[in-house]
Amino acid sequence: MSKLGVLLRTTAVRLSALYLILFSLCAAFLVFYVTGMSERLLQQQTRDAVTAEVTQIEQVYTRAGVNGLLRSLERRARQPGANLYVIAGPSGEILAGNVASLEPGLLDREGWTEKPFAYQRYTDETRKDSHVALAHVLMLDNGLRILVGRDLQEPQKFRALVRQALMVALGIMGLGALIIWFAIGRNALKRIDRMSEASTKIMAGDLSQRLPRNGSGDEFDRLSESLNAMLGRIEKLNEGLRQVSDNIAHDLKTPLTRLRNKAEAALARKGTSQRGALEEIIGESDQLIRTFNALLMISRVEAGSAAAEMSEVDLSRIVSDCVELYEPVAEDVGLRLEAEVAPGMVISGNRELVGQALGNLLDNALKYAEGATDPLIKVSLGRRDGKVVLSVADHGPGVPEDKREDVVKRFVRLDESRSKPGTGLGLSLVDAVMEMHHGALNLAATDPDGADNGKGLTVHMVFPASAT
Amino acid sequence: MVTRMKILIIEDDIEAAAYLAKAFREAGIVCDHASDGESGLFMASENSYDVLVVDRMLPRRDGLSVISELRRKDVHTPVLILSALGQVDDRVTGLRAGGDDYLPKPYAFSELLARVEVLGRRKGTPEQDMVYRVGDLELDRLSHSVRRQGKEIPLQPREFRLLEYLMKNAGQVVTRTMLLENVWDYHFDPQTNVIDVHVSRLRSKIEKDFDLPLLRTVRGAGYMIKDDRTASA
Repeated sequence: MSKLGVLLRTTAVRLSALYLILFSLCAAFLVFYVTGMSERLLQQQTRDAVTAEVTQIEQVYTRAGVNGLLRSLERRARQPGANLYVIAGPSGEILAGNVASLEPGLLDREGWTEKPFAYQRYTDETRKDSHVALAHVLMLDNGLRILVGRDLQEPQKFRALVRQALMVALGIMGLGALIIWFAIGRNALKRIDRMSEASTKIMAGDLSQRLPRNGSGDEFDRLSESLNAMLGRIEKLNEGLRQVSDNIAHDLKTPLTRLRNKAEAALARKGTSQRGALEEIIGESDQLIRTFNALLMISRVEAGSAAAEMSEVDLSRIVSDCVELYEPVAEDVGLRLEAEVAPGMVISGNRELVGQALGNLLDNALKYAEGATDPLIKVSLGRRDGKVVLSVADHGPGVPEDKREDVVKRFVRLDESRSKPGTGLGLSLVDAVMEMHHGALNLAATDPDGADNGKGLTVHMVFPASAT
Repeated sequence: MVTRMKILIIEDDIEAAAYLAKAFREAGIVCDHASDGESGLFMASENSYDVLVVDRMLPRRDGLSVISELRRKDVHTPVLILSALGQVDDRVTGLRAGGDDYLPKPYAFSELLARVEVLGRRKGTPEQDMVYRVGDLELDRLSHSVRRQGKEIPLQPREFRLLEYLMKNAGQVVTRTMLLENVWDYHFDPQTNVIDVHVSRLRSKIEKDFDLPLLRTVRGAGYMIKDDRTASA
């Protein structure tokens, strides 16, 4: 496609063309209306003036007769810029006045001439100079005919002037619109070119590319901005996906290898001692299944397919249930599980997922706070700043501030905790569940001033306030 | 058991179905097999089974539609759904379609067996028994009291429900997941041995001052409450 072709197809050009047409039509209508109106006004004035003179002339004739009439007309005719005066005989020959020639037959009818007519003055240098006038014909009782008229040159000049102005204005407007087309269209086209250039690169796989912005905050900028935000999200998801597949490769292959090794070893052993090995293998595969289930659950929660199963749930009830469920285990490992639950906290959510999330947090707390100097694990549920906050606070080693963002990621485990059982997916699921509930997951130290290994971890699940 | 339980497995994976059928037969359960939805639907409506084990994804007619069609035909055989799909939302749709229980794949056979046995028994046991008895242990569902050898044993409400469920299925294995589902009414994975601790607390209460153990741990499967004297007799 030619460059001009592309330009002509831009929205800017099309819009300017439309404006140009509409604007010209309006301007033309306005000009024609104004000129028409003023012409009519001027003609009316002409008629009034002529009528007044005719009345005067009639009076002069009655008072002073033909001679007085002739004198009066002579005087009037000699005035500068005088009207037209003609005295003609009964056959129509011009006897006196300031007109050299008239259109023939004009004097045959009394009253107003039907249309403006052409005439020549004595002062005209050539016969080609002709004027247009409007006149009133008066027939006297002695057969004389008197014509009183007024030249129409001025109104005609005025009209011509206005028409000319209109043409010039239209020309300038057209030219201006063309230039604006060009400027706007070309500018828009250039920016779109740059955008499509960037998107081509992105499509080719470079997700770090961003659409250009010029900082003006106009609609192109805003479009780029939202597309960039979208790209950021896609990049993050893509990165997450890549990281997950890497981690799956590692975290699933490792136990698979172990599984295989055990099976091999059991096979090599022969005899009756295979039972123990087989039990270990089953345990190993159960762990694998658990990891796999957790992964699947996270991805389904993230995909939002469980969002359909949201309903009004009594969070206070879930918290009490879970605390009751885990309390004996805590006691078994020498920890104390305490709950401070505000009653009647109802949120819009998925009971199973919230239960699973809280279960994960409690399980983590039990796992990592085991053996801590302060055995208290406190679960609290209440309203804070209009939001429903569920917190699990332990006094275990905690998570260093710079690692708090990492531990939420899939399969990320602190080096110190690698020896403990777990999938490395617990907090990821909690995070995904919170995102699904339009809430947030915050990690903090329970006791920021505590000893290095006893700062503890407090996990806040922040739910948006319920509608009710 | 007076009559042997008879079940139908509707599963398109022939190898898995053969393994299941063999394992069920070893457990004393008569087992038929259908390998697609249509023939499964036909067999389930023509014959009388105690339990149907239905895979969700089947050729010719999917599992959920088999179940809803059976229910429409007024066949109320208990159905256990097997599914490879996620358990968060899938379980709800499965049970809504008319399933009675739901087990995500992959599963332990002991889990499946325990659930099938409980489902099969459900048809025969009258739910309205007001008092459950196992040996000298007595649970009164009306007055919420538990006695052993006439001596009242005080239990927490949850412990009572735990014991109630165990005794309702006396002589049968109940798994940890089944306990979580039926006693706590949650279907999530608690990660740790929470159920074991609750059971052992209950066990200490009902067995501490008595000679005869009633609540047994079935290795690799779960728990069973049973009076050993009646079993050996």
